[in-house]
Amino acid sequence: MSESNISYRAMMMRRIRSSMEQVYAITMFGLRFFRYVLVPPYEWGQVRKHLDDLGAKSIPLLTIVGLIMGLILALQTRPTLDRFGAGGFLPAMLALTIVRELGPVITALIVAGRVSSGIGAEVGSMKVTEQIDALEVSGVDPFNYLVVTRVVACSLILPLLTAYVDFLGIFGGYLAEWISYDSSMQLYFTEVLQSLEFNDIIPGVGKTIAFGYIIGIIGAYQGFNTTRGTEGVGRAATTAVVLASLNIIFLDMIIIQLTLLLLGSGS
Amino acid sequence: MNQPQDNVLIDVIDVWKSFDDLHVLTGVSMQVHKGSSDVILGRSGIGKSVLLKSIVGLLVPERGSIEVMGKQVMGMKPGELNDLRKHIGYVFQYAALYDSLSVRENLEFPLRKHTDADDEEIGERVMEQLRLVGLEEVVDRMPAQLSGGMKKRIGLARAIITRPDLVLYDEPTAGLDPITAREISELILNLEEQFGITSITVTHDLECARVIANRIYILETGAFQVQGTFEELKRASDPTTKAFFQVMA
Ligand SMILES: Nc1ncnc2c1ncn2[C@@H]1O[C@H](COP(=O)(O)OP(=O)(O)O)[C@@H](O)[C@H]1O
Ligand SMILES: [Mg+2]
Repeated sequence: MSESNISYRAMMMRRIRSSMEQVYAITMFGLRFFRYVLVPPYEWGQVRKHLDDLGAKSIPLLTIVGLIMGLILALQTRPTLDRFGAGGFLPAMLALTIVRELGPVITALIVAGRVSSGIGAEVGSMKVTEQIDALEVSGVDPFNYLVVTRVVACSLILPLLTAYVDFLGIFGGYLAEWISYDSSMQLYFTEVLQSLEFNDIIPGVGKTIAFGYIIGIIGAYQGFNTTRGTEGVGRAATTAVVLASLNIIFLDMIIIQLTLLLLGSGS
Repeated sequence: MNQPQDNVLIDVIDVWKSFDDLHVLTGVSMQVHKGSSDVILGRSGIGKSVLLKSIVGLLVPERGSIEVMGKQVMGMKPGELNDLRKHIGYVFQYAALYDSLSVRENLEFPLRKHTDADDEEIGERVMEQLRLVGLEEVVDRMPAQLSGGMKKRIGLARAIITRPDLVLYDEPTAGLDPITAREISELILNLEEQFGITSITVTHDLECARVIANRIYILETGAFQVQGTFEELKRASDPTTKAFFQVMA
């Protein structure tokens, strides 16, 4: 019995050690980005290409999800609000929920699913087919050319995509109100705008820059460290989605605590 | 110093490289002279690619010395390594064409990064290079639209478009039918004569070795056990070499 305990403990220790090493490696990989992004050469052509690609990949899905998110949220909360005689607060409540929390997180998770895996697979297949080695012997730093450009593109585009989803969500809420109560668009949007403050919008959209960074870095890390041929490429893609999604949620939790601390609990 | 060094382009001395518990290279040494075309034979997974990658600094061995054109590669700074690589072409095992770029863009890539040629000159060089490998018509195709043999040719064209002094070929004929393989071997020979290229070719294709090799090394369990010309090795009596040459006959 004690023997199996020892081997079990040894196995756990090995597991823990290898996870720690993994965390360390990803952290160093992530920090390397900041060393690169501050100094030329910049591959703007590549960044633009990735921006186009990211937008085209994500926008269809985000459009549907954004609209439906607002619609469902309005349909679900309206009866509860009515019960307290607070139905008139719906536009304000919806706008705050979406802009502060749901918009950024849902956008980030969807883009993570679409893009982190894509980056993992793209970079991973370049790794296993020696294209990354080929870049290096051609005098191109693969980290700068493949990783920095993708991370920059993700960080630039995520705030824009979030703003788009926020708008669609709020509009979806209006659609629900219009279907059920034939309410006026002007009134709805006036209330939305009145309820939103600078302090809601900036942290909400701002944190998506960090989410974009996570999506890019984790996808690229998995791709860069792909081994064992095509099978490894598939693994890189799935691991990237899981890790990116987890990290987004953790980071969001931390940011919420920080904003509450710094800006107060708001209205 | 002790030898006529200026004639030696690559000097590999007692190189050791392992991955975790796997000892791949255990004391490899070789000297490649200017203008020579040397071939490394060996079974798959024996460490041929690892050796080639160590020579261009893509992998860093833990022991030994690798001098290329009189400069120590191991421990070289990135900037210096870059300068050295301008003189080296590398043909990867599966061509390693950039699959998001067209054939034209693939060929332009090393020119844009390693030379300061202008657009017009680059355009001409690309077409000239494609003529050399007989594939002008595929200039606007994507790599996914090429056959295996075409990919190898384009990979070859990309490796020598900067007119390097030294070219490293990793299994240039692997996975090709015998006729195409023969054509590639002869293409390599022609290009080397035409441009005075020094080369190391890694292969397990004996026919390719026969066509292009001035000198052959046989890599076995971490080091070179045998070396000599094709004719010498063909008559050799040690079991490894015999095994190799019997498979061919
Ligand atoms: N980057 C790497 N990490 C771990 N093991 C490697 C790496 N590169 C090669 N190896 C291992 O080293 C051995 C020799 O590989 P390689 O040089 O590619 O063989 P080949 O002679 O067929 O070219 C193989 O067992 C391979 O799995
Ligand atoms: Mg190999």
